[in-house]
Amino acid sequence: MLQQLVNGLVLGSIYALIALGYTMVYGVLQLINFAHGEIYMAGAFLGLYLTVSLKLPFPVAFVLAMAGAALIGVTVERIAYRPLRRSPRLAVLISAIGMSIFLQNLSLYLNGPATRGFLPPFKVYPIRIGEIKTSSLEVIILVVAILLMVGLQYLIRRTKIGKAMRATALDKETAALMGINVDRIISYTFAIGSSLGAAAGVLVGMYLNAVDPMMGLMPGLKGFVAAVLGGIGNIPGAMAGGLILGTAEVFGVAFMRSEWRDAIAFAILIVVLLIKPSGILGQNTQEKV
Amino acid sequence: MLVIKNLETHYGNIRALKGISLEIKKGEIVTLIGANGAGKTTTLKTISGLIKPTRGTITYEGQEISGKAPDAIVQMGISQVPEGRRVFTRLTVLENLEMGAYARRDQEIGQDMDKVFGLFPILKERQRQPAGTLSGGEQQMLAIGRALMARPKLLLLDEPSMGLAPLIVRTIFNIIQNINAQGTTILLVEQNAHLALSVADRGYVLETGQVQLADEAKKLLNDPRVRKAYLGD
Ligand SMILES: Nc1ncnc2c1ncn2[C@@H]1O[C@H](COP(=O)(O)OP(=O)(O)O)[C@@H](O)[C@H]1O
Ligand SMILES: [Mg+2]
Repeated sequence: MLQQLVNGLVLGSIYALIALGYTMVYGVLQLINFAHGEIYMAGAFLGLYLTVSLKLPFPVAFVLAMAGAALIGVTVERIAYRPLRRSPRLAVLISAIGMSIFLQNLSLYLNGPATRGFLPPFKVYPIRIGEIKTSSLEVIILVVAILLMVGLQYLIRRTKIGKAMRATALDKETAALMGINVDRIISYTFAIGSSLGAAAGVLVGMYLNAVDPMMGLMPGLKGFVAAVLGGIGNIPGAMAGGLILGTAEVFGVAFMRSEWRDAIAFAILIVVLLIKPSGILGQNTQEKV
Repeated sequence: MLVIKNLETHYGNIRALKGISLEIKKGEIVTLIGANGAGKTTTLKTISGLIKPTRGTITYEGQEISGKAPDAIVQMGISQVPEGRRVFTRLTVLENLEMGAYARRDQEIGQDMDKVFGLFPILKERQRQPAGTLSGGEQQMLAIGRALMARPKLLLLDEPSMGLAPLIVRTIFNIIQNINAQGTTILLVEQNAHLALSVADRGYVLETGQVQLADEAKKLLNDPRVRKAYLGD
């Protein structure tokens, strides 16, 4: 039981990191960035090349992979979403799906279709605490994910940029009247969300020792489910949603057949949409007039 | 200080402003009155850069500002208190005020915060509360305080009396006069014509996107056309 819980939290912290990107972008633009799974994939490739090919020290490579993915995320917004800011939702949705397919194909072209191994550039030890078997890599994943989430929470709650992001998410027109450059805040949002997705990509790439151009598809969908589960647009919700989804999946696989793993996430999505579409932490968005 | 000439603004094909001209001199309270849908809010949004005009000029302290981005206009010293208050409901009162000072880089933000708390002591008591939990009157005070945090030279107010009890409206209008007395020029948009004209130096009457009358506020108060259309005579 405890073993499953640990595995669930490790998986869940990954889902949470991915979910944050969806939820932050949704918060400011009411847009599902379907290219987010591909940002995660791009992060994994960047991490792979920076550590294995360029042999950079891992922390440096990790930060650079996050920065590179941030740049990709900002560019995606610039070319695929910003020109459609005043267009119908459907047009933006199609643009998002198109961007996702484009990035997959670009990656296929640049990296080839084969799965690459991504051995962690540091030694991984098995760790045993009582009944629980884990590894130093799992501990690193959990700690890094938690640090990033705490850092994000600090940024959003305490810094001027974070407050401007929240103000922009609530009311873009009034935010502009405060002297906030709304386009710039939207770029920051994409940058931060993308860098968290890339962090998840690098961690998973090493954890599974596998990186490939289609790797963003399923985690992208799971991250989206986690964001909806927590209440899309809600940052603590995305964190909670990720952890719940990861844990549910691990327990589900333990008690059912492992082929049902992916079905569990989508069953959760359907149940949430039927029972509480605003998610477990979603507020009613009604504002005082 | 602000000179608007032949301003036209469209929403798609709808021509909301049909060539309005007006002028605000430093230190004045100028009011823009008119019925619902006359184009008052559109005028303020065009000044603030939220909508681009299709024709005409807006000159502020000798500089053309139409076409500039809203954040650039705020930095030049024009702040707006939007219609319906539009406080950031899930930010605290303090955070709302901080957002008002977003474009500033100087060291005197704290001082101005104290000034705002001096004008509206209730905001100081409520500073840790989410703005959405404030009453309508308190939200209006917050919206005004937030705009003042930008240290504007010209303050645009869009229907500050809307939906508020008469006693609170009185308080807010006293404070508006107080703000003006301390040197801030004011453009006051109102549907409550009597109230607006009683505090303003000059007024413009807007009807379906055009300026119908422009005069000293005292004269407009006694103008039979204004009395008939807006003061219920
Ligand atoms: N976002 C909008 N889209 C289309 N038409 C609008 C929009 N906002 C205002 N209008 C129209 O522009 C005209 C002026 O509106 P507005 O400036 O809000 O008037 P007021 O503030 O004087 O009540 C009205 O006819 C209104 O219907
Ligand atoms: Mg209006």
